[in-house]
Amino acid sequence: MSTNPGPFRFHGGLHLDDHKSESLTGEIVASSLPAQLVLRVSQHIGEPNKPLVKAGDRVSRYQPLATSNEAVSAPLHSPVDGSVVAIEPRPIAHPSGHDDLCIVIEPDAQQVTAESGGNSSSEPNDLLDIIRQAGIVGLGGAVFPTAAKLQTALEHGIRTLIINGAECEPYITCDHQLMNSEAPSIVRGIAILQQILQPEETLIGIEDNKASALPAMQQALDAAQLANTRIVTIPSVYPSGGEKQLIRILTGHEIASGSLAFADGFLTQNVGTCAALTDAVDLARPLVDRVVTVTGPGVRQPGNWRVPLGTPISHLVEQAGGYAVDQPRLIMGGPMMGLPLDSDAIPVVKATNCILVLDRKDQPKVAECVRCSQCAEVCPAQLLPQQLYWHSRARQFDLAEQYHLFDCIECGCCSAVCPSHLPLVQFYRYAKSEIWEQRRKAYKSDRSRRRHEFREARIARQKALDEERRRQKREALAKKKKAPKKVKSEVDPKAAAVQAALERVKARKQEQQVVPKNTDNLSAEQQRQIEAAEQRRNRERQDKP
Amino acid sequence: MSVTSPFVTPSASTNRIMRDVIIALVPGTLAYIWFFGFGLLVNLVLAVAFALLIESAILLLRRRPLKPYLSDYSAVVTAWLLALCLPMHSPWWLVAVGVGFAMIFGKHLYGGLGFNPFNPAMVGYVVLLISFPREMTTWFLPHDISGDMLGLDEAIAYSLGLADPGQWDALTGATPLDEYKTNLGRNMMVSEIRQSPIFGDFGGIGWEWIANWWLLGGIYLLYTRTIRWHIPLAMLGSLLLISSAFYLVDPDSVASPGFHLFSGGAMLGAFFIATDPVSSSTTPVGRLLYAALIGVLVYIIRTWGSYPDGVAFAVLLANMCVPLIDQYTQPRVFGTHRPDDRT
Repeated sequence: MSTNPGPFRFHGGLHLDDHKSESLTGEIVASSLPAQLVLRVSQHIGEPNKPLVKAGDRVSRYQPLATSNEAVSAPLHSPVDGSVVAIEPRPIAHPSGHDDLCIVIEPDAQQVTAESGGNSSSEPNDLLDIIRQAGIVGLGGAVFPTAAKLQTALEHGIRTLIINGAECEPYITCDHQLMNSEAPSIVRGIAILQQILQPEETLIGIEDNKASALPAMQQALDAAQLANTRIVTIPSVYPSGGEKQLIRILTGHEIASGSLAFADGFLTQNVGTCAALTDAVDLARPLVDRVVTVTGPGVRQPGNWRVPLGTPISHLVEQAGGYAVDQPRLIMGGPMMGLPLDSDAIPVVKATNCILVLDRKDQPKVAECVRCSQCAEVCPAQLLPQQLYWHSRARQFDLAEQYHLFDCIECGCCSAVCPSHLPLVQFYRYAKSEIWEQRRKAYKSDRSRRRHEFREARIARQKALDEERRRQKREALAKKKKAPKKVKSEVDPKAAAVQAALERVKARKQEQQVVPKNTDNLSAEQQRQIEAAEQRRNRERQDKP
Repeated sequence: MSVTSPFVTPSASTNRIMRDVIIALVPGTLAYIWFFGFGLLVNLVLAVAFALLIESAILLLRRRPLKPYLSDYSAVVTAWLLALCLPMHSPWWLVAVGVGFAMIFGKHLYGGLGFNPFNPAMVGYVVLLISFPREMTTWFLPHDISGDMLGLDEAIAYSLGLADPGQWDALTGATPLDEYKTNLGRNMMVSEIRQSPIFGDFGGIGWEWIANWWLLGGIYLLYTRTIRWHIPLAMLGSLLLISSAFYLVDPDSVASPGFHLFSGGAMLGAFFIATDPVSSSTTPVGRLLYAALIGVLVYIIRTWGSYPDGVAFAVLLANMCVPLIDQYTQPRVFGTHRPDDRT
């Protein structure tokens, strides 16, 4: 089938209980509309958006609500016809648990705005523009603006386009269900990416535990007849869906530490993003909803829903039959890398691939690290988590960095096997943020130091100049005093003074005759500066004795 | 502490690791008692009791909760290993001093489990070996050889000092490693030395069988993935290689490789002592180097040192090298082409 002998292996990883069957109901259910949508203004990685609407405004479906002029950003659109009732900070999904600016919209009872039809252009720049306008971001979880990513990729030139259908985290099935239900849309999205990037080959990586997705995708692929595009079944080893891991599995290539996939001619896109591209290009639909898995032992009827952005999690849990446990632990994302949520009032954002509801059981007792090194055996980045832990805990951040702290992808494998039940990844996140903070401080103090040194140098130079000028003056004075004594006997002082004056005039005339260079085509501002300088110079000359 | 991902509870636990070590120690310990009598049992009970007592006292002084620390079984493992190294009939205070040193100086002064650079049991053992040479070299022979052994009541009386130890002098003797050391010093041939009734097929009668049971326990530890293969293989492998090399050159004046593997603390050390994760190297290549170093040191100390066995010293010396070994044996990180040079 190919010269590529893959799939390849990567070091470590885990075979986890995937818990996928619970939420694989066979369909993506359209979520009902909640009473209010709470739309976080910035739902992407990059420059923050600013709201385009204000409280009291009426908005229609697909209308842009917030945007930014910066390149790395993605606008936000209204999922509904409705009215803006508030623009205020609300609780959002964030590691620090802080509030952030949200646009609160009350949907109308009657949703009237319909889709406006498609775009026909296949020019890469037009397509990029459509994608940018549609607010599409990476739906695998990173939420990096897709247009910016593709733009960078175009500049680098992409040899291999990789479509990530691995979905390696336990419990999550939104991509799996999407591949089952909407494979043609995903494949159309792949075709759009190929139009833009013109890659030599396209590899679609799907884990072998997604048996039902494989034929659906293959069928759609056969129908679309895309050139040099094939599906590669990969073993279900967490974290096979990590970008660098997936590239390694599919091609055997290792992206260098500290480097990005672009640099080596790779681009990875998630299957969900592909489907969103199809919606944007063919249906002129901006990204206003996404597939969300609601699952876990804490809900009664797990499944997948197509959810308008801004839908509160409580509304989703309700549709999933409500909580099945007294003390639910809410997680946005999967059990390995997900984000714990404080409340179910927090809304769905573009990054929300899964709402996992676990039972808030007692945490296992934490013991000391005994250096058993089971963590190192499962680390897909081939790090020594036990050493990273030791140095992070001791705040020896320079040593942690030497042990390649920043190659840690926070996949959680180490914590998942640690017999001492240490929250290892938490220590690494702590160490990373401390190092970033130190760097920020170092940069700031560096800049202040440079400015200070520059100022000192400037003052010193000025002093030296002044000193030089005074010295010349003194010398000139001394000469003057001496000169008359010498010439007294030979030359009439009056005649000498006249002669000197004549010479000065001559010199000035000569000076004026010299054509100044680089003074053609001066701007008004420059002209004004020159005149001011001339005036100063003249004053100075006049001041001379 | 706030909780972040991952939200999966590992099935393994440190308690389970320690429990598996104890389970693996049982067959060898039973064989020991079978061949040498109840002295070991008395030592074992005393050692574990002292260990728990001392650990509790220190935990109270350090204002740490007792239950989570005591229930990690690490004190039991340390005491057990130390008891196995002691002469089978030892006065109670010898056990107390050894365990005390192991727990206080070997473990808690460094910060407790996970922070000790040296194997605590070996720290306790070496302190006793250097401080109390007479008590530490009074070895009772297996009853197959001496013809008799102490009953449980006699063993307890011996330990508590309630009976005159002189009355059992006839039952004590040199260990096989002692026998080799002394007689090779007298320029005797290996074949002559092995005429002594204490020798069996490989090592000493009794001892070699116990070594087999340690091997069995070690295989259990490997099977349950409590330990990895690197350390036992590298330690026994290097001991085998170096002893074979010398044996091939001069079989008359050095002990055979089989004797080295099945005598003294080699087998126990390879599977139970050198594998202590806290004080051993933590990288795969590092573990091979660390354990190979122990094997070589054991041979050197046994052959040219002044002590008949060298496992304890070898382990402690190798412990000292661990930070250096770890530094230079880091695995290649994903996306890098060679491990960084660290100077």
